[in-house]
Amino acid sequence: METKKAIISVKDLVKKYDDFVAVQGLSFEVYEHEIFGLLGPNGAGKTTTLEIIETLRAKTSGEIIVDGFSVDKNPQEIKQIIGVQLQAAGYYPNLNLVELIELFAGLYGANIKPMEMLEKVNLQDKAKAKYKALSGGQKQRFSIATTLINQPKIIFLDEPTTGLDPQARRNLWDLITEIRNSGTTVVITTHYMDEAEQLCDRVAFVERGQIIAVDTPDNLIDQLVASGFERKKEVKKANLEDVFINLTGKEWRE
Amino acid sequence: MQKYSNTTATLALAKASFRSIMRSPSAVVFTLAFPLIFILVFGFLGGGGTRLDVGVKPGSDINNPVLTMLSKTGMIRLVMDKSQKDLDKLLEKGNVDAVIDVHKKMNSVAYSVNVVYTSASRDKGGILKSVLNNVFYDKTLKPTVAEIKESTITGREYKTIDFILPGQLGFSLLSTGVFGTAFVFLSLRQTLVIKRFFATPVKRSSIVIGEGIARIGFALIGALFIILIGHFFFGFTLVHGALTVVNMLILATMGIIVFMGFGFIISGVAKSESMVPPISNIVTLPQFLLSGTFFSIEAFPNWLQPISRALPLTYLNDAMRRVAFEGSDLWDVKFQIMILLIWGIVIYAIAVKVFKWE
Repeated sequence: METKKAIISVKDLVKKYDDFVAVQGLSFEVYEHEIFGLLGPNGAGKTTTLEIIETLRAKTSGEIIVDGFSVDKNPQEIKQIIGVQLQAAGYYPNLNLVELIELFAGLYGANIKPMEMLEKVNLQDKAKAKYKALSGGQKQRFSIATTLINQPKIIFLDEPTTGLDPQARRNLWDLITEIRNSGTTVVITTHYMDEAEQLCDRVAFVERGQIIAVDTPDNLIDQLVASGFERKKEVKKANLEDVFINLTGKEWRE
Repeated sequence: MQKYSNTTATLALAKASFRSIMRSPSAVVFTLAFPLIFILVFGFLGGGGTRLDVGVKPGSDINNPVLTMLSKTGMIRLVMDKSQKDLDKLLEKGNVDAVIDVHKKMNSVAYSVNVVYTSASRDKGGILKSVLNNVFYDKTLKPTVAEIKESTITGREYKTIDFILPGQLGFSLLSTGVFGTAFVFLSLRQTLVIKRFFATPVKRSSIVIGEGIARIGFALIGALFIILIGHFFFGFTLVHGALTVVNMLILATMGIIVFMGFGFIISGVAKSESMVPPISNIVTLPQFLLSGTFFSIEAFPNWLQPISRALPLTYLNDAMRRVAFEGSDLWDVKFQIMILLIWGIVIYAIAVKVFKWE
């Protein structure tokens, strides 16, 4: 792979809670303009790692640089250049989508037109709807819209596709790819390996608070195959999800 | 890149919060509907003023100026044509507040007035005393009866609304401050809204101040609404007109800030939304009952009065009544303001310790 510039670098990150080590000596780099996936089972430390990079959580030790800013010394500067989607975060009650976008614009000090932001994620028809009234896929797209308000260099998406149906999931992949293509670096966590394989330029596997592998999905698969791994069942040219999409149609319903 | 503005962020939050409060049914009900219902009920119950039922002793001289003047005050309903026996019974039960007997003195233009009060209706007896006093100082009549003691009464007619409205205003501020603040911060914390805010460059102080501006703004609009309805529909006394309203709103601001402190503490102590109402009631109910919202605290037994005099709402209510009815300015109620200030310092010192962001 050609030399790429690291926009995030994490070195020897450790996070200890009272009697539990969530992250133990974790190091990786995220390159500019890529979709970087953090993969691993529940409780492996993915969310903790993300929240430390996002300056939402204090680390025990280690060094993190985000676009030249240190999380210790310049958290405010980092907040201005990142967009964050939290797992299961709610939004201010009783406000409609336009009003929520206005609120975030104020919080970021960004001068944007709320309707344009909603158009980016194809929610212009829901401008007057409340967040609670949205479907799962719409909620995730709205969350992504709020991460784009300050025209960030990096956005963090924590399990954005969990609980979505196949159509909504694919729709979200398209949106995330578009965001990457427009020059934003994307860091994403997911439990779905098919998603990581299709969407991510590079992935890191996290297990028990440590990185056990980092590479492109292709390389990682090739390495496994080269080691003599074979699937028990002959792989067919399509899988059940392809059947689902083929039968129920590609277009996404609300 | 333009410089980040904390003011913009604070105002954006205030605007969002204000919109949210205006659409929240519970906020509107607690701040406006409840107080207005109470004002309505008491406004009509009281008929706009205190009423005294005074029995006239049989055989009393009816065509005398004393009785004429008493009935002219508009406060006193004379109960005639009852036998002495009936009157005694009524008096015992407090169904009449006093019995009066007027006779012309022998060989004199003066009248002799005998009044029998009842312990069943002490408050009103006191009022009657004052009224009689007033009547006797009137030009034509001379004080003739020793049992009528001198006491100062306020020259203006003190209507029920003048007592009830400031109390309801205080109650409105208390519930908006305590319940509203506690619920909002707890739910923002639990739904991770605050966490999402922390991922933006906004400062913590901006979040608190923005919320505060919205809640104070909402409470003041509610207060203004209550005052104006009271004034125009129920004849609530505003001695210096608009100036009095401004003074009341300044007091309201101080009150709501103190009460919001309770809300911050509750939001930090409560583990779930269902814990907010019981804890909030522990704070609001005693003040609701003991701070002179419905009854003057002088009416409470002696052992209860020190408790009443320790509560912040007592002083807010007291200050409000003085400003509205007696026309005091803020300097005159500095003692009450000082007590509120002390409460504010204590409450916020605790709030800083127990408030939780996450």
